[in-house]
Amino acid sequence: MRNNERYIYLDYAATTPVDPRVREAMIPFFSEHFGNPSSVHRYGQKAEAALEDSRERVAAVLGCSRGEVIFTSCGSESDNLALRGVAFARRHRDHTNHILITPVEHHAVSRTAASLATLHGFEVETLEVDEYGKVAASDVAERIRPETALVSVIYANNEIGTVNPLAEIGKLCRERGIPFHTDAVQAAGYLPVDVERLHVDLMSIGAHKFYGPKGVGALYVRRNTPITAVHTGGGQEFGLRAGTHNIPYIVGMAEALELAQQARNEENERLETLRDRLIQAVLNSIPDSRLTGHPTERLPNHASFVFRGIDGNTLLMMLDAAGFACSSGSACKTGNPEPSEVLLAMGIPPEWALGSLRVTLGRSTTLSDIENLLGVLPRIVEECRQLALN
Amino acid sequence: MVEPAAVYTQSTRPERTCVVVALSGGVDSAVAAALLVQQGYRVIGMMMRLWSETGQEDNNRCCTPEAMAKARRVAGILGIPFYTIDAQEFFHKTVVSYFIEGYSAGLTPNPCLVCNREVRWDFLLNHALSFGADYLATGHYARVVRSHNERFQLHRAVDKRKDQSYVLHVLSQEQLARALFPLGEFTKVQVREMARQFGLPVADRPESQDLCFLGNGDYRGFIARNAPEAIRPGAIVNTQSEVLGTHQGLAFYTIGQRKGLGLSSLEPLYVVEKDVERNTIVVGTIAELGSRELTVEQMNWVSIDPPREPLRSEVKIRYRAEEAPATIHPQKDGSVVMCFDEPVRGVTRGQAAVCFQGDICLGGGIITASK
Repeated sequence: MRNNERYIYLDYAATTPVDPRVREAMIPFFSEHFGNPSSVHRYGQKAEAALEDSRERVAAVLGCSRGEVIFTSCGSESDNLALRGVAFARRHRDHTNHILITPVEHHAVSRTAASLATLHGFEVETLEVDEYGKVAASDVAERIRPETALVSVIYANNEIGTVNPLAEIGKLCRERGIPFHTDAVQAAGYLPVDVERLHVDLMSIGAHKFYGPKGVGALYVRRNTPITAVHTGGGQEFGLRAGTHNIPYIVGMAEALELAQQARNEENERLETLRDRLIQAVLNSIPDSRLTGHPTERLPNHASFVFRGIDGNTLLMMLDAAGFACSSGSACKTGNPEPSEVLLAMGIPPEWALGSLRVTLGRSTTLSDIENLLGVLPRIVEECRQLALN
Repeated sequence: MVEPAAVYTQSTRPERTCVVVALSGGVDSAVAAALLVQQGYRVIGMMMRLWSETGQEDNNRCCTPEAMAKARRVAGILGIPFYTIDAQEFFHKTVVSYFIEGYSAGLTPNPCLVCNREVRWDFLLNHALSFGADYLATGHYARVVRSHNERFQLHRAVDKRKDQSYVLHVLSQEQLARALFPLGEFTKVQVREMARQFGLPVADRPESQDLCFLGNGDYRGFIARNAPEAIRPGAIVNTQSEVLGTHQGLAFYTIGQRKGLGLSSLEPLYVVEKDVERNTIVVGTIAELGSRELTVEQMNWVSIDPPREPLRSEVKIRYRAEEAPATIHPQKDGSVVMCFDEPVRGVTRGQAAVCFQGDICLGGGIITASK
């Protein structure tokens, strides 16, 4: 950055840099071992070996068998495959027509569900969340029905970081024989992803949230879950996802997932300390500020706030000009201020919800980064308030 | 005569000076930004999102998605940060309301003047200062010069054909002190050449008399939709008060207009007056169209202290008008009476009359009466 002497990245929930070890693991598969794993010859065999090795490694982390891992192009594609694939298969086989989701889903889930409702006549019902944006298993128990085709609950929300009680919800779906999907895109780098303990039937992940490359993801699909392909063609990925395999990226994701899960416990502890320092100092030093999301049951690297009476986009731009890359929680570059649906669902009034700020920490974040941010944030919030008054 | 000015001294430490450049997606603001980057300033690009009518959200000519994408591209080429500022509500409150109220009052308002004073050089300047900037720069063709008595003067651009000091005469000293116009010293031809050298896109935005928030340029339809009460049919009369025909509403006609009156006569007839009280349009021959004397209010003396004595000046009565020599007579209430040496045509109430002496833009105000 030519215009800034120091420039600090605090938007690790948006994306992360590729870990150099991941990059090294990927490189041989661009030009050296470039074969198509579907080919008969040895070029193909080499690529297939890398593909299946990656599948084994991902399966080992998720605690599932290799046949339950479907490689996709990203977390959003995994969500689409889970929702559309299960909804269509369940309707075809069992004539079920009801989909249960939460108001704090990523758009990859909520807009897919909306499309299933408007174009395909599914009935989409939305669960409630508490003031922290958290779903209660009891609410799922009340709303789930014999004709429910699928339940989808986000593992940890991208905007507010709140972690949902997946295992509890998963158990009650299992008892009723209803497929349970979770979007674990934000969670996979930080929280346990053992599918048995979480009682999930489908789980979406995307590599670029845990120091892997962009453009690759996976969907865990428990054996015998009714699902149909939405992307048809040459039968790859057990017939569930057509298209020539992107071997270097798949290798990169497997490497990144292993590394992230190995480092998880130690790194989480470090991040939580920084996160809590940030949260406590912001709430103490900035008038009319609030934490959004759960104070403790949240992602270890995730701090999110609302400030009354400011425009969140202006705040982000001023922070960027001052050398800090943060987010409001949902990307919007067009400059048209709309309060976040997630924050409104939690009961946060619009005059607060417009002024949202998400600070997400990562491997290179240090205490001095946090202190530097705290050094400018109160003044910048105040400047924003003045601008909003005029 | 107004005292000639010294060379404008900019900060001697550009690397410590932060400048926000208002990018438009066009070649002029792009080159303005490039020049500042080249001089070593810390440069930030900004663009405002302005108001458009419902259903036309992407059609404000100043900030279409295409113009935004071009501005982003320019910022990318120059390696500067770029931010979009939402000004829709503020723009409507100031500029669009002024436009509608002006037409409702039988005037032909010039909202670009209000936009410059209230939106660009107040709202956007405030944002720039809040972002830590020392200056706001634009791609306007004009110059700011600091005179011996420390007063900032607005001067015409070197390229007289592109000069935009007319629309900038509304600025205050405080605003001028924060303004940078890097293109003021260059001609359009040079700017295009520099754009090529900097590797910037050289395409111009289509220059048009239309207002940015009239997506399709149809101000009549806009007024009919937004101020229907301003559209009442009435009589067209000649200067002897003889009724010659019917008009569709005062807002649809401009002083000097000849076509579309639906009149037949031996001599061509022009709109010479819009009488709001009687809701009539007065037409006359070309000889009756000219005015020798204008009353001009809301004067802003941008480059000089308000004069007490009459002074000689060249006056522009529209952005694109030729200057005409006149004597300016200051009045006690702050307004002025401008007496032209020769009658001038096309005088329109609501437009600005702006005074120059040589390269110096002295100031201007809004035309409220003529005879």
